[in-house]
Amino acid sequence: MTETMKINIGPQHPSTHGVLRLVTELDGEDIVSVTPVIGYLHRGLEKSAESRTYLQYLPMVDRVDYLSGFFNSYAYITAVENICNIDVPKRAEYIRVLCMEMNRMTSHLLWFGTYILDLGATSPLFYSFRDREPLMSLFEELTGQRMMYNYFTFGGVRFDVTKEWLDKILKYTDEMPAKLDDYEKIITSNPIFLTRTKNKGILSKNTALKYSITGPCLRASGVNLDFRKKFGYSIYNELDFEPPVETDGDTFARYKVRIAEMRMCLSVIRQCVDYLKNNSGEISAKVNSVALKVPEGEYTTYVESPRGLLNCYVKSDGTNKPYRVKWRTGSFYLVQMLPEILKGHSMHDIMAIFGSLDVILPEVDR
Amino acid sequence: MNYLYFLYIQFLDKYGIPEIFGDITFPIFPFCIIAAAIILVVLFLVLFERRILAVFTQRKGPNRVGFNGVLQTTADAIKLLCKQNINPVGVDRFLFNAAPILVFVPIMVLWGLIPYSSEFVFMNFSTSAILYTAIAALPVIGLILAGYASNNKYSLMGGIRAAAQIISYELPIMFVLLSVAALASSVNLKDIISAQISSVWFIVPCFAGFIIMFICSIAEMNRCPFDLPEAESELVAGYNVEYSGMRFALFFLGEYASLFVMCAFMATIFLGGYLPIGNKYISELIFGSNFQFLQLLIYFEQVIWLLVKTFILVYLVMLVRATLPRLNSQGLMLLSWKFLFPLSIVNFALIMVIKYLMVV
Repeated sequence: MTETMKINIGPQHPSTHGVLRLVTELDGEDIVSVTPVIGYLHRGLEKSAESRTYLQYLPMVDRVDYLSGFFNSYAYITAVENICNIDVPKRAEYIRVLCMEMNRMTSHLLWFGTYILDLGATSPLFYSFRDREPLMSLFEELTGQRMMYNYFTFGGVRFDVTKEWLDKILKYTDEMPAKLDDYEKIITSNPIFLTRTKNKGILSKNTALKYSITGPCLRASGVNLDFRKKFGYSIYNELDFEPPVETDGDTFARYKVRIAEMRMCLSVIRQCVDYLKNNSGEISAKVNSVALKVPEGEYTTYVESPRGLLNCYVKSDGTNKPYRVKWRTGSFYLVQMLPEILKGHSMHDIMAIFGSLDVILPEVDR
Repeated sequence: MNYLYFLYIQFLDKYGIPEIFGDITFPIFPFCIIAAAIILVVLFLVLFERRILAVFTQRKGPNRVGFNGVLQTTADAIKLLCKQNINPVGVDRFLFNAAPILVFVPIMVLWGLIPYSSEFVFMNFSTSAILYTAIAALPVIGLILAGYASNNKYSLMGGIRAAAQIISYELPIMFVLLSVAALASSVNLKDIISAQISSVWFIVPCFAGFIIMFICSIAEMNRCPFDLPEAESELVAGYNVEYSGMRFALFFLGEYASLFVMCAFMATIFLGGYLPIGNKYISELIFGSNFQFLQLLIYFEQVIWLLVKTFILVYLVMLVRATLPRLNSQGLMLLSWKFLFPLSIVNFALIMVIKYLMVV
């Protein structure tokens, strides 16, 4: 008769990517059950919107998911713009999409490094951070910030891009595919990596849909659902891109989808840069952000963030403060699904599987 | 060693102290030499590894303390010595304190078994190679006890993983060692080296054995990709999660001391140990064969040859660490039982055939 052992993985643990607690019941090294406990990073980002004006809340939204700040500001700002019926100039939209795709790139690069670190290899972390650095510097040059950008405003963006800045991006997009090849050379065909990822943490199509998983994890399970393609929001329907889809649904498929998505990001970035170089125009719709008049109404934006569907619901009651702001983030649903996906695996696989989902804990708790 | 012993007895004799006293107290000398060597080598190894990893990952590594960072590890060691030893609630006090010593002492004994030069052998037993593998398996007892005594579930799992690992990787090592012993017709490390003077280095007939030994040694050292007992991303730090200060330093010292001694052992049985390339000593070429202190110089040159070979192997081990992700326990077992173990038996059979042909 064996006894099971309960072990707390987290809240303080080197590889829970933030502060997640997994109450795990182990039989030897096999997982009997996993119960995720969240809430350690709750900052009240939704409630605090109600006591701030629309503009005052703007710097906070970058912090919903600190690795993809542009997506959060985009979601919030578009919601407000749609309630106010503000038309955003096309150049501003292109700059926004360019920033978002660069941000997706940084987010995926960070995921790549930390995920391989979770599997016990230390070097790729430094490679991915090395290649993330030029993008961070570019963000700093454009917005003055490396992470919490606060760059988008109601009706457009704060500063126009310069030609030199665009040239630097082009240089980066030219160099990056070779580096991605290097990553793949050292990781993708590594037998240890394959034994640890193939057929591990299989997320079937049905389970993924049942738990409303979105983003790369869903596309790795064989569902071709990308909200950039589905809704074509912003100027995405003018761009030429095809989101990568894998059918296996295991950790390796998720890895491959994200690597392919990085390549796709580079192509989208190049298209945006081409447009911005050849076209000029306004970058803002001249809206008085400070005294923004928001009529009564509500709007929900759909944004494909690096971690899946990002919804921002804004309800206005006609005053200068939002009545309600609600965030729907991809990570929350991924954490919810953990008990299902980890069942039947061993202790080693917890981090290999959890890491492959690319969960950002601040985004779960908000 | 005999020369040193002779000097010591002579020295005591001058003051009329009986020889029996000298016999009893003499082991203090090799002990002190090994202890000093371990600390120096480990301080260097840690720095070496950090710089190597920094090169692989395009960083600078430690470069502030002392000249270009050479004193960094010394500073770290002093910091560890000054730190408080924390006794967590609920630990088994005796075992908790004994475990680091149990890990470190066998490794120190291993250092004494390696022939550093033809004269510089601290403990020369007729079965020293077998004794080496026997003692090399002992530190894991310390790891299991550390895991058990820490009153921590992560530690416990780390300790148990260490035990499972050592069982799977001891057997291939024994078979490889058997084939080397068959080639040399001896299980004495010095004789194994002497056998490599007349023939080739044993890495040539026994290359598969060298690869098996290399992989298994990494597993025995609990280093990446076999660092499951202390898997940072899963078990936080495994068996040493509750240790601090001097006790942690002992684990750390043991880890790097065993890295060096395992590589020295591999260099001894496969790369000719202290033998120079081509059996020509550089000091003989420089000073001529009639030089007065030639024999003494050769002893020291032999030590340097062994160090060079050892550090090449250490570098390879670090290269592996920088490249590979960690195995999972199933993969670890499969690799050992389904691949390394059968291969080591095949290798053994092959070596026996070679040996038979050589004799005939």
